[in-house]
Amino acid sequence: MTIDRRSFIATSLAGAFSLSWKLPASAAGPAEVGIWAVIYPDDTVVVRIARSEMGQGTFTGLAQLVADEMDADWSKVRAEYVAPEVNLANKRAWGDMSTGGSRGIRASVDYVRKGGAAAKAMLIQAAAAQWGVPADQCTASASVVTHAGSGKTLRYGEVAAAAAKLPVPSDVTVKKPAEWTIIGKGVKRLDTVEKLSGKQIFAIDVQLPDMLNATIAQCPVFGGKLVSFDAKAVQAMPGVRQVVAVGDNAVAVVADKFYQAKTALAKLPIVWDEAGNGKVSSETIAALLREGLEAKQAGVGLAQGDIDAAFTLAATKMEAVYGTPFLNHATLEPMNCTAKVVGNTVEIWVPSQNGEASMAAAAEAGGVKLSDVKVNKLHLGGGFGRRGQQDYVRQAVLVAKQTGGRPVKLIWTREEDMQHGFYRPIGQAKMSGAMDASGNVVGLRMRIAAPSIVANLIPSALVNGVDKIAFQGMNPDEFGYMAVPNILIDHAIRTTSVPVGFWRGVNVNQNTIFMECFVDEMAHAAKKDPLEFRRAMMGKNPKHLAILNAVAEKAGWGSKLPDGVYRGLAQNCGFGSYVAAVAEVSVSDKGALKILRIVAGTDPGYAVNPDQIDAQVDGSFAYGLSALLYSENTIKDGRVVESNFDTYQVARMADMPRVETILKPSGGFWGGVGEPTIAVAAPAVLNAIFAATGKRIRQLPLKDQDLRRA
Amino acid sequence: MIALNINGQVHQVDVDPETPLLWVIREWVGMTGTKFGCGIAQCGACSVHIDGAVTRSCSVPVGTVGASKIVTIEGLSADGLSHPVQRAWLAHEVPQCGYCQSGQIMAAAALLAQNPKPSDADIDDAMSNICRCGTYNRIRTAIHTASASAS
Ligand code: FES
Ligand code: FES
Repeated sequence: MTIDRRSFIATSLAGAFSLSWKLPASAAGPAEVGIWAVIYPDDTVVVRIARSEMGQGTFTGLAQLVADEMDADWSKVRAEYVAPEVNLANKRAWGDMSTGGSRGIRASVDYVRKGGAAAKAMLIQAAAAQWGVPADQCTASASVVTHAGSGKTLRYGEVAAAAAKLPVPSDVTVKKPAEWTIIGKGVKRLDTVEKLSGKQIFAIDVQLPDMLNATIAQCPVFGGKLVSFDAKAVQAMPGVRQVVAVGDNAVAVVADKFYQAKTALAKLPIVWDEAGNGKVSSETIAALLREGLEAKQAGVGLAQGDIDAAFTLAATKMEAVYGTPFLNHATLEPMNCTAKVVGNTVEIWVPSQNGEASMAAAAEAGGVKLSDVKVNKLHLGGGFGRRGQQDYVRQAVLVAKQTGGRPVKLIWTREEDMQHGFYRPIGQAKMSGAMDASGNVVGLRMRIAAPSIVANLIPSALVNGVDKIAFQGMNPDEFGYMAVPNILIDHAIRTTSVPVGFWRGVNVNQNTIFMECFVDEMAHAAKKDPLEFRRAMMGKNPKHLAILNAVAEKAGWGSKLPDGVYRGLAQNCGFGSYVAAVAEVSVSDKGALKILRIVAGTDPGYAVNPDQIDAQVDGSFAYGLSALLYSENTIKDGRVVESNFDTYQVARMADMPRVETILKPSGGFWGGVGEPTIAVAAPAVLNAIFAATGKRIRQLPLKDQDLRRA
Repeated sequence: MIALNINGQVHQVDVDPETPLLWVIREWVGMTGTKFGCGIAQCGACSVHIDGAVTRSCSVPVGTVGASKIVTIEGLSADGLSHPVQRAWLAHEVPQCGYCQSGQIMAAAALLAQNPKPSDADIDDAMSNICRCGTYNRIRTAIHTASASAS
């Protein structure tokens, strides 16, 4: 593959954010060896990264994959983004830029490693040619090529310019896991230092010459429209430049400073059209879901055996209804985007989980060709799924179209962010279980009633009206209890005016709570140990069982605990990884919960960076425990009630248990790590709460629940 | 004009005295290491030191600061790395997205200045900043490390 070098140089002028290198023709400069690596004369290797860094460590992990195949000296490896327009101009040579679904690494793993291997082959070839020896007599290690016969060596920086002129081989093979030297090591992240000194520039920090600032109000009622606003009322306030309509549902104040825009917007008289959604409330939504639990029509995710017969013949039948609320992502950096529209060109500075989708949104909003958009990707101050959506990008461009060519930074207030999310879907599940006379599970039935993310965001991906993602963690290739002879899991889509989206862990979260808590209920009803009870259903799922056993062993399942301390457990598979957790909790007489310890196990197949996986597991528990303990978006008068972190509390230091992670990569597959373990956080704790109190909590969050002993 | 002493340097800013210190630092002075997360003193992303006390700058009107000495993340150490808290943060690789970390580091530095040997309970009390990435356990470990290295 040949890369259009001019497009690189042109886009490198875009600034220091995405693609800061230029490629001079001289041998003294950096050289592009293949498309993934740029090598400098001092042996610095810059690995190009197509996905987005939002804290999950993908910037480092992807660089590890390339550098290992290259046999580069890791201490001299750096990483830089590929700009979306460069990808576009080169027929998407760097592949998909979308960063979600814990796919950043696992979906890139083949082609980035081949890119590294190709670069290595080119470097060896160039050295061999310089020595006049066959390439197969040469080896490479730590950025040095060695000729076996003569012992001669050349550093990568010395041969890079020659290597860059060679054709990129396509028939390379990647290393076997046993040959890895950088993959699988807990090497240091490449992006830490700037984050310790305030030097890391996030999109919200971007400052451009002549830049204006803006903030926005969207119709607080979902689906509503902007009717009118009275700009005159705020026009004379300090710093205010313009008040502009943004699309058909929002208005923005543009000012010299964000704070001036915010102050003026708060005073702006606005008339909204609620579009008939002003009566939607948590109560009306709950009634809709309850109806969905009983509906005849539902999409089937998993069906085996004869579920009706199983229930007819069962000795014991149980039933329970569970529920989880809408949840905002609440990334700590609020939504923001800077845009500049000059003539028929648009340039944006954006914290996006999908640079190409941002580019498309900017082109559409700007009314320009895709190729006339430049995208500066900046590290995200949290993503968690929210920044896969491009609403704030579109808005920034729509505002910038009205400022006469001056760049505008649009920042949402936290209140706006809280009230205009793409929420984790609210959901209810009716769980039914059938056991024979010895307490063996003979039938499991799960009916989910919930809004559908796919129907909301990518309706074309519905399969005969069925949202496959609704069954995450419950699909036949993920479900851990396939040995149960009769199973039916289905999903009734119930749509509300509240937009739903991908929230870290997505539907695995709710599904695992529903299933793992109900299985625990069945174990207690059968008077069986919850671990043994699960094991009996896992005969067909050895990988699930292995990670469950690993956490049980490390947590000392069955051993005596200090007085007042109780255990609970949960397991599942999601995003291609097998996960399990044991939680230890205490509950005071007054009902105060203390989560003391979590043992969390993950089998992601292969582990690229164990230290970062440990961080992801730890962090995903904090996110999952926020949802378990406090977080909830409720709806009144068609709008979200909560407005900021005072009414939407999240886990803080004092809530955080010790998290002990077990990483057991069993090999042979690449699973995700940013999301899977979050799913077992809440059910393990809920099951421990039952052990402590005899109370079965079936509705989250816990802040609304009385945990005093039953 | 308001005179502000930030990191040992006096800045003259022409600003409404009601404006929160956070936005004066970010927008008028142009230093962006101090972050905006909520604007209502809930998240701690905007934490700075005012005469040594950790303060949520989003909720301090700039007109009330007077001649107090303000230290932001940019002024915590000359090279941005050598404060014991920064060194411990690096050693334990605390940051994930990093957005909360300016505030976390400022809160931890103030805690250690006041209480060089904090217990876990002291850390729970003092460190109420939000981290949505969930770096809390590493923050705790790093504070203990910084505490040990400073003694
Ligand atoms: S921005 Fe000041 S505490 Fe959140
Ligand atoms: S590191 Fe992302 S919010 Fe703390």
